Amino acid sequence: MIRAVMVMNTQGKPRLTKFYDFQSVEKQQELIRSVFGVLCSRAENVSNFVDFDSIFGPDTRLVYKHLATLYFVFVFDSSENELAMLDLIQVFVETLDKCFKNVCELDIVFNYTKMHSILDEIVFGGQVLETSSAEVIKAVKSIG
Amino acid sequence: MTNITALHPKRNERMTSPSLMDTLFQRTLEDLIKGIRLQLMGESSFISKAIEEIRREIKSTDLSTKSIALHKLTYLNSIHAQDMSWAAFHAVEVLSSHCFAHKKVGYLAISQSFSESTPVLLLITNQLRKDLSSTNEFEVGLALECLSRIATVDLARDLTPEVFTLLGTSKVFVRKKAVAVVLRVFGKYPDAVRVCFKRLVENLETSDQRIVSAVVGVFCELALNAPRSYLPLAPEFYRILVDSKNNWILIKVLKIFAKLAALEPRLAKRVVEPVCEHMRRTGAKSLMFECIRTVVSSLSEYEPALKLAVMKICEFLVDDDPNLKYLGLHALSIAAPKHLWAVLENKEVVIKSLSDVDPNVKLESLRLVMAMVSESNVVEISRVLVNYALKSDPEFCNKILGSILSTCCSNLYEVINDFDWYVSLLEEMSRIPHCQKGEEIESQLIDIGMRVKDVRPELVRVSRDLLIDPALLGNPFLHRILSAAAWVSGEYVEFSRNPIELMEALLQPRTSLLPPSIMATYIQASFKVIIYCLHVYLFQKENLISSSYPDNLALRVSDLFSERECAGGSDLASGDPSVTCEKYEGFNPRVLGQSFEDLSTLNVGDVTVTHGQTSTTPVEMNSFTHESIVNLLNLLEMALGPLSGSHDVELQERTKNVLGFIDLIKQEMCDILIHIEGSLEREDLRSSKVVALMHDAFLKELGPVSTSAQERVPIPDGLELKENLADLDEICGDAQLPSNSFSLGNPHYGETVGVCFSNFQINKYSDTSHDSTYLIAEHRQRHDLYYLPSEKGDTVSNDYPPANDPKIQDNLKDDTEDLAKLTEQSLVPGKKSNLAKPRPVVVKLDEGDGTRITVTKPEPKDDMLSGAVRDILLGNEGVTISSQSNQSDKPSIKRKGKEKLNMNLPSESKENFGDAEKPDYGNPSSRKIKYHSHGKQRRHRSPSKKNAEAREENGRKEKQKNSHHHVSSSHRVFGLQPHL
Repeated sequence: MIRAVMVMNTQGKPRLTKFYDFQSVEKQQELIRSVFGVLCSRAENVSNFVDFDSIFGPDTRLVYKHLATLYFVFVFDSSENELAMLDLIQVFVETLDKCFKNVCELDIVFNYTKMHSILDEIVFGGQVLETSSAEVIKAVKSIG
Repeated sequence: MTNITALHPKRNERMTSPSLMDTLFQRTLEDLIKGIRLQLMGESSFISKAIEEIRREIKSTDLSTKSIALHKLTYLNSIHAQDMSWAAFHAVEVLSSHCFAHKKVGYLAISQSFSESTPVLLLITNQLRKDLSSTNEFEVGLALECLSRIATVDLARDLTPEVFTLLGTSKVFVRKKAVAVVLRVFGKYPDAVRVCFKRLVENLETSDQRIVSAVVGVFCELALNAPRSYLPLAPEFYRILVDSKNNWILIKVLKIFAKLAALEPRLAKRVVEPVCEHMRRTGAKSLMFECIRTVVSSLSEYEPALKLAVMKICEFLVDDDPNLKYLGLHALSIAAPKHLWAVLENKEVVIKSLSDVDPNVKLESLRLVMAMVSESNVVEISRVLVNYALKSDPEFCNKILGSILSTCCSNLYEVINDFDWYVSLLEEMSRIPHCQKGEEIESQLIDIGMRVKDVRPELVRVSRDLLIDPALLGNPFLHRILSAAAWVSGEYVEFSRNPIELMEALLQPRTSLLPPSIMATYIQASFKVIIYCLHVYLFQKENLISSSYPDNLALRVSDLFSERECAGGSDLASGDPSVTCEKYEGFNPRVLGQSFEDLSTLNVGDVTVTHGQTSTTPVEMNSFTHESIVNLLNLLEMALGPLSGSHDVELQERTKNVLGFIDLIKQEMCDILIHIEGSLEREDLRSSKVVALMHDAFLKELGPVSTSAQERVPIPDGLELKENLADLDEICGDAQLPSNSFSLGNPHYGETVGVCFSNFQINKYSDTSHDSTYLIAEHRQRHDLYYLPSEKGDTVSNDYPPANDPKIQDNLKDDTEDLAKLTEQSLVPGKKSNLAKPRPVVVKLDEGDGTRITVTKPEPKDDMLSGAVRDILLGNEGVTISSQSNQSDKPSIKRKGKEKLNMNLPSESKENFGDAEKPDYGNPSSRKIKYHSHGKQRRHRSPSKKNAEAREENGRKEKQKNSHHHVSSSHRVFGLQPHL
């Protein structure tokens, strides 16, 4: 199961956060901070996985992708495949790219609602439901 | 838009209630975001202004205004961590709007901010029900999404019928979401299984891959918690494993089989070939990795499969992508415990990876290096790793040290043959600048000291080296290690080459940098050292004069006590009771550890023998002169003087004890000098008696105690630990003592004195027991307050709090015999290995030291869930292992049978649907029985029918194979190629 999805910029400002188990606002902040703390200390060209047990409970890890000024982070447990999660980030980013025509941080900042619509089509209650960006775009367009 | 934004601040000041102006000039979310980004007035003040505004707007009766306000609030909640729990009711209001856009805002707000404890949660049930039955599929989608996030037991129960209906809808968009929401519904309300499970399974058969993917995902989650319940579905999963071309689905199915195969060996045999086939053919790394993981974790006994998996792992290891390298190492470490050869084959890559730039890779390779450790190479590997640790960053350095420590101590230092080497390795590790493993090293130093007798001289040498180095005192991470070193050198002081030097090390000025608890250990250690020195000194002298020491010991003990009683009132008033406590404290662990009669006598024998042997060397070297002893006493007195005023209770008490003791001894030391050549009087004997007694007390060897030893001591009948303590203040009010100072130890000292001491005496000096009980009674009379009420008719201290550890009370009674038996049982001699250098004896406890496995039961919810699933799949009466395995053993046959049956009896299955559509909570068994009847009929099939089916199955298999060839050429995840 996917436990959380976060998009934050390289200064640690959250741009999109979604926690699939309820977390209080304070806890969310704490989690975002600790994720950023881990990510910003990692060099480029190293693997994209981080064991996350200490922060997000047992058996959790995160996968991230650093693109331009943004980190895309998925937190998941042992019922997901690491490389598939990495690919899922790719699906998410590609979908954004198609939706916003060369997506950049500003698009994400100003399209808060649309971001949620897109993510909700891909990940539903922590489970991956759609992996084709064409299908996602189709659904998001009809939702409006 | 900009004009409106500019207008806004003014309007804020003028208006206080929502009005038409608000609606007209309301800031949208975009305006809000722009405003925050402009940061004209600072982010936080801008946001609090915005919140104020939202609070006003959200009260508007206009749903559009309300929903925009809620939308802004949701944004601020999620991105700027603003509280929105106060708006819960407004969110419910927005939800009830007919406009889809409003609904969407409402659902987003609710799924983001509602928790189980949100009070208005109950209000949305009807709205959700309405939206779930809406004709607009996107509304249904929103409601399902919301349900998947916030469903509670009530919501799940009330909406199960709607979810059930949606599981059969023709709209894929809705059906896949309905499938996914089932996971949450089952989790919250296991009875929903009776309604929805069958339809969920049916969705596995649909042709739409998105729905199959969702169903497999749900089963993957369910099977992770209670895999056994899903064994009967193995045929369905097997079909997907063989037929599916969707990598996402295959990954999930593999995960399910990894769980199921572990439960059912015949199933493992069945799936191993398809898994290998995928491994050979797929180009997608994600699927490849999942296959590898499945093989190494669950199918590793199939050698060809394992060999293939290891081959693929090698490809990962040499890949440039750090992710693949990391995952390859990770897969190796899964295989390592059972198949070390896989690691050894890749030894070079693994060791090279220790210096990789990637922390993940380094960590995994460290794990693998540790897996390779054996008796023969532990020295070499540790050497290499310590060198790595010296070069590494602090974090990885400590990871290395941590894994060396945990590997070496596992199974009672199984891999260690040469403990002298290991102890010096511990010292070396302590001296590594980044070392933060003080706690682990501390416990190992003490543990080895207690368990391995042969290593004690080396241990004392190492401890001395650590203690004597003033530089180490400045590093707080090393304090725990120093504490252990102090304890070791006090406890095994007889192996010390130079106790005076040791004493100086223990009392050096920089010890003031230590925290009080560790200071206390230092002081206790110095006390042991001084006792040892005095004993050696006096004993030498005494040997010259009187040789009757062992014979009249018993007499001397009683003497001493009567003496002490007399002295109690006079010059030793302050020192005396604490000395007593000190001594008993010394006794206490010993009694716990080895107060059993047989072994204790045996040990005493041993100890004296060892002592005899060693005393030939050190004592000769240490032949203390009178002057050196007096100097030592002076040094001790001088160093401890300032500490007697310490605010730390423990520290103060120990200091006072030692100082009291010095008071007692010092005077007589002068006397000794006076009478050095003359006849020794009784006065002289007094001090030597005290020393002899203390020495004997410290001489008793400490042993490891099983963690469960105390639990096995039955609680005595009369012991009341839950007494009301309301009167406590009244009783203690006059005394004005800080309550923890006396609960620290005194209350149980009083009682343990009786046991320990009488025990001690029963062992050795049985004729003095009367005296001691008399003393106890005396002590009790004086310090009644500190005693626990263990005797009948004791009314005064009825309300005294239980001592810190109630367990200690357990052995207070006359159960010492039981305790003795228990501890005796728990000590078994260590094994010896037949190597060139014989491995020293490591004392063990019979029931796995500290590795008491606490069986964690699965959560009751899961239990109920898996129980319900089992009921559905097998029927209540058929929950036997044999029936499960039968079904899973012949998966295709079963499936075939079922399909056939469904075809034959369309009316029956139709009826089932109709039945289930109106869920009947009162009598779910009717459906269940019908479903189960498939299985029953199958079991009673005639042999000829079986044959026919077998043929059919073969044909089908052939087909599957053929189709597989077509399919497998294009394995990709989601049609993307990052990992192709």
